[in-house]
Amino acid sequence: MNQIDLNMVDWARAQFALTSMYHWIFVPLTLGLSFLCAFYESLYVRTGKEEWKKITKFWMTLFGINFAIGVATGIILEFEFGTNWSNYSWMVGDIFGAPLAVEGIVAFFIEATFFAVMFFGWNRVSKGAHLFSTWMVAIGSNLSALWILVANSWMQHPVGMAFNPDTARFEMRNFWEVLFSPVAVSKFTHATSSSFIVASLFVIMISFWYLLKGRHAAMAKKSILVAAVFGLLSCLYAGLTGDESAYVNASTQPMKLAAYEGLYAGRTNADLVAVGVLNPGPVAGDDPFLFEIKIPGLLSLLANRDSSSFVPGIKDLVYGNPGQNIVGVNTKMERGKMAIADLAGFKTAKKQGDAAGEAAALQKFNANKDYLGYGYLAKAEDSIPPVHTTFYAFHIMVILGCFFTFFFLVVLYMGCKDSLQRNPWILKLGVITFFLGMLASQAGWIVAEVGRQPWVIQNFLPTNVATSNISAGNVQATFFMFLVLFTLLLLAEVRIMLKQIKIGPEEV
Amino acid sequence: MIGNLDYAVLQQIWWILASVVGSLFLFLTFVQGGQTLLWQIGRTEQEKSLVINSLGTKWELTFTTLVLFGGALFAAFPKFYATSFGGAYWVWILILFTFIVQAVSYEYRKKPGNLLGASVYELFLFINGSVGILLIGAAVGTFFTGSNFTLNAYNQVKWTNPLMGLEAAFSLFNLSLGLFLVFNARVLGAMYLVNNIDFKGMADFEARVRKACLMNLIYALPFLLYVLVSLLVMDGFGVDKNGIVSMVPYKYLGNLLAMPQVLGLLLLGLILVIWGVVLTGIKSSDKGIWFGGLGTVLVGLAVFFTAGFHDTAFYPSKADLQSSLTIYNASSTHYTLTVMTYVALVIPFVLAYIAWVWRQMNAKKLNIDDVSENKAY
Repeated sequence: MNQIDLNMVDWARAQFALTSMYHWIFVPLTLGLSFLCAFYESLYVRTGKEEWKKITKFWMTLFGINFAIGVATGIILEFEFGTNWSNYSWMVGDIFGAPLAVEGIVAFFIEATFFAVMFFGWNRVSKGAHLFSTWMVAIGSNLSALWILVANSWMQHPVGMAFNPDTARFEMRNFWEVLFSPVAVSKFTHATSSSFIVASLFVIMISFWYLLKGRHAAMAKKSILVAAVFGLLSCLYAGLTGDESAYVNASTQPMKLAAYEGLYAGRTNADLVAVGVLNPGPVAGDDPFLFEIKIPGLLSLLANRDSSSFVPGIKDLVYGNPGQNIVGVNTKMERGKMAIADLAGFKTAKKQGDAAGEAAALQKFNANKDYLGYGYLAKAEDSIPPVHTTFYAFHIMVILGCFFTFFFLVVLYMGCKDSLQRNPWILKLGVITFFLGMLASQAGWIVAEVGRQPWVIQNFLPTNVATSNISAGNVQATFFMFLVLFTLLLLAEVRIMLKQIKIGPEEV
Repeated sequence: MIGNLDYAVLQQIWWILASVVGSLFLFLTFVQGGQTLLWQIGRTEQEKSLVINSLGTKWELTFTTLVLFGGALFAAFPKFYATSFGGAYWVWILILFTFIVQAVSYEYRKKPGNLLGASVYELFLFINGSVGILLIGAAVGTFFTGSNFTLNAYNQVKWTNPLMGLEAAFSLFNLSLGLFLVFNARVLGAMYLVNNIDFKGMADFEARVRKACLMNLIYALPFLLYVLVSLLVMDGFGVDKNGIVSMVPYKYLGNLLAMPQVLGLLLLGLILVIWGVVLTGIKSSDKGIWFGGLGTVLVGLAVFFTAGFHDTAFYPSKADLQSSLTIYNASSTHYTLTVMTYVALVIPFVLAYIAWVWRQMNAKKLNIDDVSENKAY
């Protein structure tokens, strides 16, 4: 393979982080607001009350503003796999391309087609057909999330595939295993439910602002009740699916689990660090914390459903732990390098028409092929993801998730008692809570993506060999192009939103 | 059932499916064409509003079709996806850029507080319809004129031209194909607007749109003729039984003669487009878009089939002939193509609900009252 251009890898990663994080500002709102609009419109159709229609139209306006920029920031992601990660695209296009194409066929067209009815069909189709269209937009957007998350999950836990030495690429063997992989199921349910939380917080933020200003109070209160119920249920579901994600991580990505738990030395009866501050310097010994609050045995329970079980730490995974049957990365690297050499031998023998040499090389390759990706690592420690980033991102997400549950409960209680306006503190808190929701949502993706480094495909393809063969300058240039353009569009979006919120639901 | 099909048959099915999606995209570029007509045919704010709102219910269909075209190529021909996007970097990035700015423009153009002002969003729409379509045409042109890349033993692409794909726009053939698509999109745009807008009391405006349809066909003709004549006389990238690629004189003429159905598609498509223009530009019918649209789809299919079938390399390399891609060496495995073909069985349902929604939304023409509503773009 070609010399790796590390600078190019860094810029390609930076660009992917930039474009996907920008995209993820808008996606959770699309996923959740689409359902909230569908709820509001259903209430309108059921009750026939004009005020519900006004509420629906107001949130739909904000949904539309957000949707447009979501589409704009999304298209680049699909093609970025090709432009910046073409080696990846070739090696796994057989598997990874399929969910993207399915997403186009079964999900994007639902969104695109019914979106037009939702916005321009009020006077053109029947009430029922309009409601149907609104629901289809919600279902379509969440279906598209399903397929892209299936694709992402496959990178985290590559199943249903095999390496083909003839073509030197990974090929799909079982579509159902890819679709119903436990990682895909937990990722889809967790990403969508947490997005519903963000969207509910959005509705609450704006409604609370109206209550603080003493405007549109009746409409705001109605919106709040629906959003608080939706938010609370989503919190509970996000909690369950988050727990499931961690449980799945324990078997599929133990290094990621160890990193986000800050667990250096594995142990039985492992404690869960509820809150902790990591030592910013290099870790001496097994305790990386300056300060921590632990819950005894909980990590073992959550990771393996058994509080006395062993949870491997970063050191066990890197250096091996024979007592627990954990093979160290050095051994895996040796076997990986043998696999790479045997693959090259296989190719040479094949080219020379040496059938016996081909068979022998293939046999040797097959013995080590599961470690192929490790052959590209320079040293064992390269298998450790950035621990601090992963740890803090994870803890911010979990702590905020718990807070949101409590927050929705309080809002629901006060909303039912109609005491929200008498308690401006909760209104002010609600206005900032939305931004915490955004933070938690982004943090979740940081855990998922930073925590799986150095792999682009877990154990099989390291990030630094997945890129295109282009110079860093090109990617650097497009990085700044997207940075400037997306920032400009974001500013425009926020200003337009603020104006629409100021105009309010009465004039929509 | 599908799993029992020959690998080659599946590869051909997917080249046909990708061609259908690509050709439907070319039809749907009536949105882009309409965008470039905006300043020319919309003299008053009201007229501009009618144009924008008419296109505004359809732009996402075009956009989504482009995204699906990319997705389908990724899934069915990953080597093409990896080679072209990872090598012809700048041509694709610029195309994408024009679609990014398009995506916000309808929604943001008239909204208060939109930061950039309506005319900048209109400029975005113009750039998307002109530069975007021109470069797409140039990229499709390389299916015939070839690109500058080599693939190593692990199929990693190396682009050998420092312009990284932009050089496609400096070939007269590619440029002509691009300009033809730009003008054809404008022809279609005018046809669609005539079909969708209620011109009652705006005879001037209507005359302008109809004239634009006719004039843009006339502008398109020299580029079309140049592309057609070049295509018939140029050397093409042929593949022999052993997969060896070589330059074959009159390759594409040979393809058309060897596949008379494809020649038929091309001729019928061109006649339909011209008939659509006659209906819109000369007669006073509003049905031109259906003929123009179908005609464009048929021409598109003929172009893609000529590039991909009959032992032809559809993504040829000038720099290293043997690196050229054919539908047989660039495709996914038998298994993936089988799975994808099952998924493709839902396409008729997708087309059915799109058609149903289109009928519902376009049953009544767009009039001034519609664009005076608060919800309008």
